[in-house]
Amino acid sequence: MSIAIELAYWQQTVLRTVGVLVAVLIPAGTLVYVFLFKMMSFMQSRLGPMEAGPYGSMQLLAEVGKWIQKEDIIPWRADRRLFAIAPYIVVASVFLILLAVPFGPDAWFADLDVGIFWVLAVSSISVLGILIAGWASANKYSLLGGLRAAGQLIAYELPMVLAVVGVVIQAGTLNLQGIVAAQHGGEIFGFGGIGNPYILSQFIGFFIFLVATQAELTQTPFDMPIAESELVSGYMTEYSGMRFLLFFIAEFASAGAFAAVAATLFLGGWSIPWVDLDANFMNVVGPLVLLTKMMLVAFLVFWARFTYPRFREDQLQQLAWKVLIPLSLVNILATMALKVMF
Amino acid sequence: MTVTERQQRAYVDAQAADARVNVELETDEGMTLNIGPQHPATHGTLRVVAKLDGEQVVWADVVPGYMHRGYEKLAEVRTFPQVTTLVNRIDWLGSFANEVPFILAAEQLMEIEAPPRARHIRTILFEMARVANITLFLGDLGAQLGAVTPVFYAFRDREHVLDQIEAVTGGRFHPNFDRIGGLKDDLPKGWIADTKAVMERIRAFCDQVEELLFGNEIFEARTRGVGVVPAEVALSYGLSGASVRGSGVDWDLRRDGGVTGLAHADLDWKVWTHPDGDSFARCWVRLQETREATKMVDQLCDGLPGGPIMAKVPRIIKVPEGEAYVETENPLGAMGYYVVSKGDLGPFRVKIRSASFSNVSILPWLLRGVYVPDIITILASLYFILGDIDR
Repeated sequence: MSIAIELAYWQQTVLRTVGVLVAVLIPAGTLVYVFLFKMMSFMQSRLGPMEAGPYGSMQLLAEVGKWIQKEDIIPWRADRRLFAIAPYIVVASVFLILLAVPFGPDAWFADLDVGIFWVLAVSSISVLGILIAGWASANKYSLLGGLRAAGQLIAYELPMVLAVVGVVIQAGTLNLQGIVAAQHGGEIFGFGGIGNPYILSQFIGFFIFLVATQAELTQTPFDMPIAESELVSGYMTEYSGMRFLLFFIAEFASAGAFAAVAATLFLGGWSIPWVDLDANFMNVVGPLVLLTKMMLVAFLVFWARFTYPRFREDQLQQLAWKVLIPLSLVNILATMALKVMF
Repeated sequence: MTVTERQQRAYVDAQAADARVNVELETDEGMTLNIGPQHPATHGTLRVVAKLDGEQVVWADVVPGYMHRGYEKLAEVRTFPQVTTLVNRIDWLGSFANEVPFILAAEQLMEIEAPPRARHIRTILFEMARVANITLFLGDLGAQLGAVTPVFYAFRDREHVLDQIEAVTGGRFHPNFDRIGGLKDDLPKGWIADTKAVMERIRAFCDQVEELLFGNEIFEARTRGVGVVPAEVALSYGLSGASVRGSGVDWDLRRDGGVTGLAHADLDWKVWTHPDGDSFARCWVRLQETREATKMVDQLCDGLPGGPIMAKVPRIIKVPEGEAYVETENPLGAMGYYVVSKGDLGPFRVKIRSASFSNVSILPWLLRGVYVPDIITILASLYFILGDIDR
């Protein structure tokens, strides 16, 4: 089943461009306002922004306006071309992740057969941008931050992939649309009322995926690449104005993108358990459902961010290689055994 | 790209500036990282120069002096009562405590003793300065380690302590309230009950920080076994305060100093020590000391004697010829004033021994071989105030 209207190629392209901008910017803005501005403030016994718009809801627009107006500064010794490119590479990786995430039965940007594989592959591109930013800034703090980011993101790529393998085994497909369908149509010991969201059977995978997400997003307790008390601002130290805004968008948009992927893999994605999977109205309701589930996952991520102190670089590597990877391997073995048995 | 003359000149200027700064720092291998004088971890203008091998520190040195204000020299051209205004600014988080040793030294030279009520109120304010100082340390500790939340709790609850100090002295940060022979004023009405409520609040804050930070696995992993200072090394570098008690040295000038102008001897309290000597131990001792200080304030408020708050002091204060050295246990550690008087209105010479200056002197020894993130933990746990280093 598909949308009844036939669109020309250029019309589809325009629609998709607008769609992907909305899909990246709306969740990013929501996350910044709800979590960074408000939840963090309430946790810290203060009100947060209150002046711009009702309850400060327009604060983000004010901030964006401020950043756009700022002077364009490139350090004298910086590698000008790389310095300018780096933020765009980081932002691009977010767009590429969302490319494969389905929002409804027909609301998707690309229905890739290797969907989740694509997501995990392109999510690493941001490392490249961060490394370039760290190197091109010609600043020792930036360099340390960039190298830390590279080491950290490579180390946490592995547990993330292994955590997803459990889901893939259970669903029997790499296609994200297929994974949503498998969760929607699944049964828990013969009871099909709520489908079978994989968080129930893959709770270890969910936990590892969340920890790895936290590290990929370089958020506290894994924020050593930024580490504002040690490295000033890590790889972002020399960035200001528009380029800093791009990094800022990338930070929160990728938080949204990873949360959307986690919601798709473990919480049933855009589907509602007792609603027909192919219903046409799900193309409108689906994105909202996914946004809700995404906010739930993002809540966990940001809750940890505002609560914990940060690890040291070597402790972080130990956590990845000595705890998370063995745990996820055990999880895969258990999933395989259970899959064969039932 | 054509290079304009202006760009060429800017480049040459930048090279020259770098050469000036780095001439003593260039190394053949590794990287020299200049932490400070403007860096978030040094909360002020301390400069730590570290040679790194990867993330490991091979060699480190401390360069203080970016905020030197010359208080020792300034004190020579001021009268004795005026000096307290200056020394307030040394450790600006616990200002009142800076005045006390100087006033005590002057009292010792003039052979005046403050009446009991003045001594008690002085001790209350002295301990409240400690509370105001160390609550901020406990919050800032989290911020240094990346936990953004505790610092806001610290500011929230510290505000009430400052309110109480303001109610007595009229100054939130710089009371300038201590006088030779007593105090400027008596306590305002209703102050004692309010203060006890505030102290209760601070104890609740201490419990909160203990649960939030000290019970956190990541915090323990970051601080336990990091920056270990054995007791004999601590003493040989002249460490004092919680930094030396964290190494298991049972030494507190409030108990052992034999200071006469304060009322600690009348109180029931305990000197906390920790045997480990690592960053965790130093932080833990400070946490306990904050609790102990609030209990001391409670006791003092309960047993406040009556009587005058000022001894008989001449209208124009001339300190007789002589020398005196008085050292007290300030929030950051032992702080002393060596005052030389030639019988004039002002001191002939004042030497200030401030705790942070000695405490950071251990850094070159302590930072060797640690990782870059641990520099920050160690700096935070040694706890210095820039004004206290540079005076």
